[in-house]
Amino acid sequence: MFFIHVHCVKGGKMKSGIRQWALGCAAGCLVLASALSAATAGTVKVGAIFAVTGPASFLGGPEARSAEMVVEKINKAGGINGDTVELIVKDSAGSSEKAVSFAKQLIEEEKVVAIIGPSTSGESMAVKKVAEDGQTTLISCAAAEVIVDPVARYVFKTPQKDSFAAQMIFEEMQRLKINTIAIAAGNDGFGKAGKEQLEKMAPSFGIKVAASETYDSKATDLSALVAKLKADASIQAVVNWSVVPAQAIIAKNMRQVGWQAPLFQSHGFGNIKYAQAAGAAAEGIIFPCGRLLVADALEAAHPQKALLTQYKSDYEAKYKEDASAFGGYAFDAMNMVAAAIKQAGNDRAKVRDAVEGLQKFAGVGGVFSFTPQDHNGLAIDSFAMMTVKDGKFILYQGR
Amino acid sequence: MSLDLFFQYLFAGITYGAIYAVVAIGFNIIYNATGIINFAQGEFVMLGGMISISLLPFMPLWCAIAAATALTMLIGAAIEMLFIRWLQSPSVLRMIIITIGISILLRESALHIWGESIRSLPYFYGNEITTFSLGSVHISPQVVWVIAASGVMMGGLSLFFKSTPIGREMRACAANRTAALLCGVNARNMVTLSFMLSAGLGALAGCVMSPITYTQYDSGTSLAIKGFTVAILGGLGNSMAAVAAGILLGIIEAFSVSVVPLAFQDAISIAILLIILFVKPHGLFGSSEAARLKDF
Repeated sequence: MFFIHVHCVKGGKMKSGIRQWALGCAAGCLVLASALSAATAGTVKVGAIFAVTGPASFLGGPEARSAEMVVEKINKAGGINGDTVELIVKDSAGSSEKAVSFAKQLIEEEKVVAIIGPSTSGESMAVKKVAEDGQTTLISCAAAEVIVDPVARYVFKTPQKDSFAAQMIFEEMQRLKINTIAIAAGNDGFGKAGKEQLEKMAPSFGIKVAASETYDSKATDLSALVAKLKADASIQAVVNWSVVPAQAIIAKNMRQVGWQAPLFQSHGFGNIKYAQAAGAAAEGIIFPCGRLLVADALEAAHPQKALLTQYKSDYEAKYKEDASAFGGYAFDAMNMVAAAIKQAGNDRAKVRDAVEGLQKFAGVGGVFSFTPQDHNGLAIDSFAMMTVKDGKFILYQGR
Repeated sequence: MSLDLFFQYLFAGITYGAIYAVVAIGFNIIYNATGIINFAQGEFVMLGGMISISLLPFMPLWCAIAAATALTMLIGAAIEMLFIRWLQSPSVLRMIIITIGISILLRESALHIWGESIRSLPYFYGNEITTFSLGSVHISPQVVWVIAASGVMMGGLSLFFKSTPIGREMRACAANRTAALLCGVNARNMVTLSFMLSAGLGALAGCVMSPITYTQYDSGTSLAIKGFTVAILGGLGNSMAAVAAGILLGIIEAFSVSVVPLAFQDAISIAILLIILFVKPHGLFGSSEAARLKDF
């Protein structure tokens, strides 16, 4: 701007009066524009990329709503250091291409200080490089471990690691003396990553994978698959790694053919709606999940207790739907960004350092302590084993 | 393969197949009346399920299903009147694009009204874990409902077309529109009626299968693809062939699980479709002559 202003002064020597006038106008406009932006300097822009619609909308919907809720609350309380937070939510509809172009737009045009999201692992991997190149903090709300392994300087994630979930499941199987299992997984990114993880880890727990099946993640009936698995008498338990609605369908189909083998699900089962969708068939499903689902049952001294009950009641009062672990991912991401901005101001590089410096940060997903090597910051105790009893989630106490 | 496993696959296949067949018949009814493929057919199925689920808290299950079917029929009629009826001799391509537009419109509206969550009607009989046992084969009662409802719909439809005056008028329009017009049949009303019929059929199917498959705002799309495959497989416009083709496809899909991963199910059905299109382009049960003399 200063450059153009100088140009304008030089323009005085030009012959054409019109040109001089036009340049003067342009400079005037720029001065005006800079004055306007100075007037709105009390705004911190945060970008968000969520799959609000499309196949991953069960993640993106609650995530966008949770992030908006956090921002609304911050702004009601006077913003961060007096600055209003402006959350710019982009709906990627679960598409990596869209997520990438939105990330570029947020970084280059909107000049956001940090980005939260995307919702799915595929999108997060696609956006990872954009965030690195743009030197903008990205706090992903997707599960896959590859997002933060290897560690990228600007990329963080809030959901618990897949491998922790697999480890908890296998440890429980050892307690139940289960040594031959079947794995069923959806053919989306989440299912594939989980299946690989399970297959890789099973031998170290002395567990044999007798069958490993992949199905269409939008499948509407899995009775043929279940019939096939049931026919193998050596299979003692089934681990299903998928998202809705298949995880409810497999539960129903198993019980409908009269198969009572234990069914383990991934942490993707963490929404009471899915248990309700499976109805009576959901009883006894075992799965690892964050403690949000059993917030009321936690002892009062638990570091997450107050936060979890607060988030749950706020979300449920505002949106008239059950809070889920997914919304919690975005709730944590937004709170981390807010905490970092509070500490570092509206500065991308300093915000990144501040996020990495967060220690014992209680969130919905667990208690986060980031290090330069660990951009997830959660330990295995961020998961608890849960089960379904009388249509409700309860802490699992053994069969 | 043991006999039990065989029957278990068979019933799974017949269940898929019956659902595909009903969707395919919806395609056929409109195809016969207008010569177009209504790509919003899957959305009718979704609407039936969604509306009945929303009505359920206020009335018994049967009323909710009946009301949802009636409402979806009205929506079908409204769509025809708003988007199709006023067109002066529209080209097939234009009508197809219109129906694709309508399907997107319906899907997005459903997303705004019902959100992205999955819903379902309760099981009509028993609950999620109730089963009938035939020997050592277990079948959910809802599967019986789906098969029975599909059968009743198909039977009722064929009776309607064969022995009611309106049904005969519709067939006349399908066989030769100009001749039907000359005989005093109101062809435009017949087109509206065909949209209503296929909407109602889809909606009813959507209600019956909702407990098994769940209903989501975008669940219509994949069903429409399967239904379309079956309609082509049987020969476009031939409803009885669609039933046979639907059940055949369902059974092939179910049995394919024993050899290839379930995720390839769709690939198998599309591969079959392609083979049929190469070898018998007028469908499994159609002949090129019959295709020219299309009838229900």
